[in-house]
Amino acid sequence: MTLDRAIAGLFLLLCLIYGYTAFVTMEANLLPFELNMTFLPNTMPKWLSVLGVIIGLVVVVQTGPKAQAEIDEGEIDYRNLRQYKLAQAIFLLGLMIAYALLLRPIGFIAATTLFLAGGGMILGERNYKLLLPIAIFTAFLIWYLVQELLGIFLRPWPWFI
Amino acid sequence: MLEGILQGLEAAISLQNLIMVVAGCLLGTFIGMLPGLGPMSIIAIMIPVAIKIGDPSAALILLAGVYYGAIFGGSTSSILINAPGIAGTVATAFDGYPMARKGLAGKALTIAAIASFTGGTIGAILLMGFAPALATVALLFHSAEYFALMIVGLSAIAAFAGTGNVAKALMMTVVGLILATLGESAQFNAPRFTMGIQDLQSGISFITLAMALFALPEALYLVLDPKRSNTGGAGGEIKDLRITKTEAKLIAPVIGRQSIQGFLIGVMPGAGATIASFLGYAVERNIAKGDEQAEFGKGSVKGLAAPETANNAACTGSFVPLLTLGIPGSGTTAILLGALIALNVTPGPRLMVDNPTIFWAVIISMYVGNVVLLILNLPLIPYIAKLLLVPRNYLIPFILFFTMMGSYIGQNNATELLMLTSMGVAATIMRFAGFPLAPMLIGFILGQMLEDNFARAMNLTDGVSFMWERPMTTALLVLAIVLIFLPSIREQLAKLRCKGVADGD
Repeated sequence: MTLDRAIAGLFLLLCLIYGYTAFVTMEANLLPFELNMTFLPNTMPKWLSVLGVIIGLVVVVQTGPKAQAEIDEGEIDYRNLRQYKLAQAIFLLGLMIAYALLLRPIGFIAATTLFLAGGGMILGERNYKLLLPIAIFTAFLIWYLVQELLGIFLRPWPWFI
Repeated sequence: MLEGILQGLEAAISLQNLIMVVAGCLLGTFIGMLPGLGPMSIIAIMIPVAIKIGDPSAALILLAGVYYGAIFGGSTSSILINAPGIAGTVATAFDGYPMARKGLAGKALTIAAIASFTGGTIGAILLMGFAPALATVALLFHSAEYFALMIVGLSAIAAFAGTGNVAKALMMTVVGLILATLGESAQFNAPRFTMGIQDLQSGISFITLAMALFALPEALYLVLDPKRSNTGGAGGEIKDLRITKTEAKLIAPVIGRQSIQGFLIGVMPGAGATIASFLGYAVERNIAKGDEQAEFGKGSVKGLAAPETANNAACTGSFVPLLTLGIPGSGTTAILLGALIALNVTPGPRLMVDNPTIFWAVIISMYVGNVVLLILNLPLIPYIAKLLLVPRNYLIPFILFFTMMGSYIGQNNATELLMLTSMGVAATIMRFAGFPLAPMLIGFILGQMLEDNFARAMNLTDGVSFMWERPMTTALLVLAIVLIFLPSIREQLAKLRCKGVADGD
């Protein structure tokens, strides 16, 4: 099964769940006064789920191996991901998740410094004398711009300070 | 109208707004040069800043300046190092980079600047003429027609934006529409599809979605394929900025044609600068004769001027449906629309009547922006280009960091970052499989408005009878259906014709 067909299949499944919620669950939870109204919170979802199922089926049927065009220049051949720097990409995504989880507890400055320096290291940077100062400087600069100039609160320090 | 223009002029040339244009153009140029950050992500990053400014015309002027700057910045990196920062300038690299390699980088940048300037300026003049006319027509519209118009817009986007596969583009549009129904429902404000998760109650933030759909996949592509961020070979002195008389004569008709063509493509919802630039390049290549045609792709001045003019004219053109109908013509204007709504300005036919100052200030500032771009960029080009030499190891973490900041600052919610990462991974996988991502974002942004108008129209007519009782609505809905089936009908016709030829032979 090709990737696009798998995605279309997943979309179809989601549409069915979405449709079930719209047609059954939400319908059952309607309030008495809503029953006579023309437009309800689940009106649009009902239409969308039907439309989605139809389009999803079309895509599933249409995209066979024949529709698999050649990979354009600049695009990535997903069937051969090993030739790319997959590990780096996965580590960077992991780093992003870590950043999201650590941002509040350890504060903006520390989290950002770790993210920028860690990202550089994952990509193969070994010149720590340059990497660390740049990361720290950027973290402070952005914090200053966002909090002091734009007035959007960013907790700069860890929770214990 | 004249009064409006004068009001707009007064607002646009106020010191504050002039600073906004200059700042926007500069910032746009800088960031547009970085691969991975197109105008869409830059504008998304700038939205918190724009909201902070508060004054809608100043904010919109800033964002429009950023938009132009980004398109121009993208062409700089396309020409100098064959690394188009954004899709709209890919065609610029076809002839710009060969010129730079021949040692004509300075000339190529000058041509790009002049072509962009002319395209943008002619576009702005056309915008002045077109926008009021379109707005007058649009005033006749009622919520039913709005609903139908949005359907037309969405199907046009699906029909034009899909890389040959309308069904896939439509599917992405529906995904966007479904995502838009998450959170609080139209008219009732009761939570729906939140699965009991409180963070979902306010729905998905559109900045997060925009970042996840565009900036993050591009950054991941850069990580996966280091060749994409190849910044080597930036050598070549940038001198000899002047163009000769013969060259000027060569490119003048190209610029003239492409300004108009680009503008018209920009006006159509779903087309935008990318398609305009490719189409402009293709058209000029087809109508060029003999030697000139052979020159295309090897450093032709015409081949450089065509996409550069067209993409800037299209950028201006895409403001027509945005400002007059409230329908974004491209992903970038879709983000602008989101910004406008956040600033409490509702784009649409009433904008010109209710807020003439905003409307005209934006249009006038387009002229100003073009002049500023030309004046600022020509002398700055050699220095700006140095930014591209930032090594990949530093560039990518910074791109990722700015992506996250864009979505975090808006909501101040770390859950947003987790959503960003997961949706970004999903978007990357969809991009692998060739699903166009722009229709999804446009569907998401139009979804809420679509539902509101649908609700209003249904309440007025007590059902869906408005779809066939109002002639204009019916006509628009039929148009939408035609647009969806047009590509496949044309394909079938072409096949039939080919068959006929074979039989005849």
